[in-house]
Parts: sequence; structure tokens; C-alpha cells
Amino acid sequence: MRRAAQLPRRCAAAIWRWLRAASGDDAYERYRTHQAARHAGEPAMSRRAFYEDTQRRKWSGISRCC
Amino acid sequence: MIRKISTVLLALAAAFAVGGLALYRHEPINALWILTAAVCIYLLGYRFYAAWIAARVLSVNASRATPAERLNNGRDFVPTHRAIVFGHHFAAIAGPGPLVGPTLAAQFGYLPGTLWILVGAVLGGCVQDMIILLLSTRRDGRSLGQMARDELGPLGGFAALIGTLIIMIILSAVLGLVIVNVMKHSPWATSTVLATIPAALIVGLYLRLWRPGRVLEGSLLGVILILLALLAGGWVDHQPLLRPLFDYAAVALAGFVIVYGFCAAILPVWLLLAPRDYLSTFLKLGTVVLLAVAIVLTHPQIKMPAVTAFTDGTGPLFGGKVFPFVFITIACGAVSGFHALVASGTTPKLITNEADVRLVGYGSMALESFVAIMALIAATLLDPGVFFAINSGAGVVGASPAAAVHTISSWGYPVTVEQMQALANAMGERTLFARSGGAPSLAVGMASIFGSTFGRGLLALWYHFAIMFEAVFIMAVLDAGTRVGRFMLQDLLGHLWQPLGRTSWYPSVLLASALMVGAWGYFLYIGVIDPNGGVNILWPLFGISNQMLAGIALSVATGIIIKSGKRRYALVTLVPLAWVALVTTTAAWQKITSADSRIGLFAAADDLARKLASGVLPPERAAVAPQLIFNQRLDAWITMLLLAILWFVILDMARVCVRRLRGLPLRSSSEAPYQLSRLQSATAQAQP
Repeated sequence: MRRAAQLPRRCAAAIWRWLRAASGDDAYERYRTHQAARHAGEPAMSRRAFYEDTQRRKWSGISRCC
Repeated sequence: MIRKISTVLLALAAAFAVGGLALYRHEPINALWILTAAVCIYLLGYRFYAAWIAARVLSVNASRATPAERLNNGRDFVPTHRAIVFGHHFAAIAGPGPLVGPTLAAQFGYLPGTLWILVGAVLGGCVQDMIILLLSTRRDGRSLGQMARDELGPLGGFAALIGTLIIMIILSAVLGLVIVNVMKHSPWATSTVLATIPAALIVGLYLRLWRPGRVLEGSLLGVILILLALLAGGWVDHQPLLRPLFDYAAVALAGFVIVYGFCAAILPVWLLLAPRDYLSTFLKLGTVVLLAVAIVLTHPQIKMPAVTAFTDGTGPLFGGKVFPFVFITIACGAVSGFHALVASGTTPKLITNEADVRLVGYGSMALESFVAIMALIAATLLDPGVFFAINSGAGVVGASPAAAVHTISSWGYPVTVEQMQALANAMGERTLFARSGGAPSLAVGMASIFGSTFGRGLLALWYHFAIMFEAVFIMAVLDAGTRVGRFMLQDLLGHLWQPLGRTSWYPSVLLASALMVGAWGYFLYIGVIDPNGGVNILWPLFGISNQMLAGIALSVATGIIIKSGKRRYALVTLVPLAWVALVTTTAAWQKITSADSRIGLFAAADDLARKLASGVLPPERAAVAPQLIFNQRLDAWITMLLLAILWFVILDMARVCVRRLRGLPLRSSSEAPYQLSRLQSATAQAQP
């Protein structure tokens, strides 16, 4: 019963997570997690530097279509 | 068991809907028939054909580590859930093409377009996208051009590069032309579209300075801003003082689009290009969902006949018979070569598991094709007379409204000046005559669907919403296309003089951007001054270049399938390749050699030159005639070049295949060696 009551909330949370991941809203958090796991000790980029760098990479190749 | 029952039900529904489409003749058909047939056919294709290709032809191996896992850098290479990759990939491939193409192809009636969108997607476009995606995933996310070079040879790779550059130029020009035709003498549309630029700049600053990287917040802010701009545009339209400030002729608007394109190419991406893309993506996905819901709720009647008399090649939107021009015109909605560039770009670097290519590659294209079907429905639910009055250039049907309705009614599609005026008033426009390019008639169709679902009183608002939606993401493609074209040009120029190849050296940036914008700006300008609307020449040229690119992609795929020893499955890509090659070659051949000046480019140039020499042209047409004559000849040469590139790559592929079949030495496969995946999801899928 309690599980059923939580269902809408869990759905909303899943949609929110999907939206954040699909739009790139959580890209910086993912980068920090990756950095901490694989390159601990190396300096990480700031949020702003990361955002700028991500945009530059994204728009150097073909990422939009007719 | 449930799976079997659902499959049987699906097959029955598909048979029923397709049967309905086949049997309804000479009476209006409901859009739901088309919609049902489409959804069932996509699901069946996905369930059986895609699964079969993945298992047999591609030998998709869920236990094999993908580049996202092996090369994971937390940035470009990131193992990502397939639902998210699907969203990414769909947002990347969905462009204005499948909205414009089916609208233009509606001049043949609703049936030819519908059939090709469904058959072409399920057997051609979706297959191409999925296979290229997998091949690139197995090659560390290499691009189509690199794969052509690695697997076929350096010349094939170079041909692919030149082909891509040409398609960028023509695409930007034709899309620019579409939005110019939307904005000309429409203060509401112009002011709204202009206002999206400061909106994008504000979002750009927000995302960099104030809240770096908070994409959802920034996009929400942007969507609110552009909806306000839409309302403000309606207000401006009723202000006698402000109205003339946004009332421009087509040539001025073309100049504006060209300057804008140049700025977007040289400004930092975070300022204009990236925020505009976020806005366009959200608007695009939102509108697609809204349109699907509205069509199901209103289930409108299709008023266009199944097949019109224009299949004989005399159509007012563009000349040419239904074969091959319906295939060339639909282009992106069924098979789009451009998708192969995206499927071999960012997407393969996100794939967690090879098995995901079925959903991401095949599934995204099926959805894109569904968008094309909706655009076709929106165009064909208009009265045919109204459809032709909006889409036919003044040079074809006559410059005055009276002349236009007379010509169109004489074809058997009755329409009156009063009817067109009432429609224009309802949509908040002064006139809807001769707004060629497909976007305005699509907007009228969408507005009537939205209007009858969500309230008729708001027709003018819905019309301009649809216009803004199309304009925003056309401009996003224009920005991105110019920028990518700039990089490709810099890469080429770097071979001539090394410093020009440096992408951050400002003189080189300015030069390459100016060359790129100049190239598409030229075609845009010519399209604007052409009394026949320009779209009638540019869109088929774009279709030919797009199908040529599909031919290159399918050649690369066929070559790799045969090299990998799967000769008996080669028909999976060989049949679509043969069809695309046949259609493209026939269309290009007719464009070059046809003696009919409505189709043949040289014939049209000669015809105009004769008229100019004999002095029968009115002065305003005589003034632009020399430019049009030159341009038509240039277009004919470009068509020849495209055809040569296509056949060059096909023959190169055939050479590789013959060597393979004879057992002669070949370039070794560029596939990355097998490595066992360590990801949980992969091992779980591999051992069910």
C-alpha cells in the first residue's frame, strides 16, 4: 500500500533524473564523480570552465541535423 | 505469451489501417488511419526487422565493451543509459527537414508521401542509422568520413568530406529561404523571431556568468522569454507606430539572416549558439508531443486527394514527376544521409551496450519519420486550393490574388480571394499568398489542429507559435551548420597554408566564416529574388545532396558488411543503396538534361536567356534575369558534381567488394579488438 502511494513520487523523480541527464544539467556533477574516482588528486575544473569547455567540444563537430 | 498476443494484435491493426488507406478513394479519409498505420508499421519494423539485423547482420554482442566504457573520460566518452542516449540522438537528428519535405511533397497527394515515409524509414533510413551507429561504436566513434577512408580508401574519404560541405551550404541556404518567406511583410513573425536573439543572449549569459551549467533553469527562463516575445509580437502587430519597424521585404530579411549567420559563426558558442540550441530543443520536443496529442484528439479529415494530377510533373511547388521527385523531396523523413554524420559523431561515444543501437539508431529514426507523417497530415488537412495558394510562387500562378485563385481554381482546386483573406485575418497576417517554402502552410495546418483542440479564438497565436517554433530551430541548424562548415573549410584551407588550419586563429576564423556564409548567402539571395520562389530549385538540390550522402553512408555500410564475410546479408544495405542511387541519379539526370524548363536547369537558363534577349520580360524581371541564368547553370554543375561523388564512392565500394570476393589483399578492418565488458548491465544482458 505504501509502495503504491510512493509510485507517483518515484516516477516524478525518475523523469527528473532523465531530464537532467538528457539535457546535460548534471554534467558537472558527473564530471566531478568521474574525476574523484579516476583522477583523485588532480585539480578539477571549475563549474564555469567546465561549462565553457563542454560547449566548445560539443559544437566543434556535427551535432545537429537537417 | 503476452509478447506473441501483442505482436498478432499489432500485425492485425497494421493490416487493417493499411487496408483502410488502400480502400478509401475519392472521399475524405481520417488522419487516424494514417497515424495508426504508421505507428503499427514502425513497431513491427522495430520488433522484427531491427532485431533480426542486430542479431544476424551486425552480430551485436552485449558482452563487448563499447568505447564509452573502454575510453570513459567523464566527458565525451561516458556510458549512458539508453533512454538518455535515445533522447540525445533524437534531439540531434530531428530538424526542420521532415517538416518541410513532406509538406512540399503533398502536391502529389497524401498517398505517395505517406507510403515513402513509411517504407523508406522502416527499410532504409532506420536501417542506415542503426548500422552506421554500430559500425562507428565498434570503431571508437569514428566519423563517416574517417570510416570511408579507413575501409574504402583515401579518395572515398575525401569525396565524403566534399559532399558534406556542399550539403551544409545548400541546407543553410534553403532553410534561410524558408524563414525569410515566413517573415516577409509579417511584423508579428519578424518581431518574434528577432526577439529570440536577445532571449538566447540572456540565457547564454545566465548559463555562463550567473548560474554556470544549470541548463534546465536557463532553458526554462528562455522558453518563458520567447513565449513573452510571441505575445509581444502580437501586440506590436497592432501598434501603428511600431508595426512598420518590423515590416520588411524579402531581400532585407535575407541580408539580416546572412549577417546573423556570420555573427553566430564567429561569436563564442556559449553566447548565442549553445543557448539557442537549448531553446530550440525544448521547443521542438514540446511541439512534437503537443502535435501528436492534438492530432489524436481532433482526428481531422484529410482534404487533399490521395493522388493529384501533378504526379505527371506539372506541379506548382516544384517541377518533376512523382518518380523520382517525391523521394528526393521527402528526403529526411524517410532516408537522411545527414543522420549518418550524427550517428558517427557524438552518439556512439555514449552507447553503454552494443544492444542499445536498436533503440537509439532504429528507434530514433522511426520517431523522426513519425514527425514527418504528422507534418504531412498538417499539410493535407488544408483545403487543396488553400494549400496551393499558400505554397505557389507568384511566377507560377500569377502575382495578384485574383490571378492566383483563378489559376488554382482552374486546376480543379477551388479557392477564393475572400477565403484566403479570411484565413489570413484569422492567422493575424495580411496575406498568405505565395508564402512558399512549406513552413507557413504547415503553420496554418498546425494552428487549425491546435486551435480546434485548445480553443479556436487563439488561431493567430497558434499560427505564430508554429512559425516561431519553425524559425527557432531553423536558425539553430543554420548556426550549427555554418560553424561546422567553417571548421571543415579551415581543415581544407590548412592543407594550402598551414596557419589557416588553426581553428582559433582569428584571421582564419573570419576568412573561413565569411567564405561559408558567403556561399550559402549567395544561394539564399538568388532564391529570394527568384519570382518562382526559389524553393522550387533549392529544395530538390538539397534533396539530391542529402540522398547522395545516404548513398555514401550505405556504401560504407555495404563495404564493411561484405568485408566482414557476411555477403549473404549484404542485401540489407544493398537494396536501399540501389534505390537511393536510382532515385538520385534519375533526379539529377533530369535536372541536368530535361528539355522542360520547369525541371531542367540548363533548359530553364536557356529559356530565360532567350526571353531576355527577345525583350519580352517585364523590366523588374529582366533586371534579375542575368543572375538567375548564371545561378541555374551553376546549380546544374553542382548537381553533376554531387552525382559524380555518389558514383565515385559506389564504385570504390564495388572495387573493395570485388577484391574481397576474389580473395585479394585489402585494407584490414578498422574495428577495435574485442574486449569483455565489465559493466553490470552488459553481463546481465549477455547471460539472461
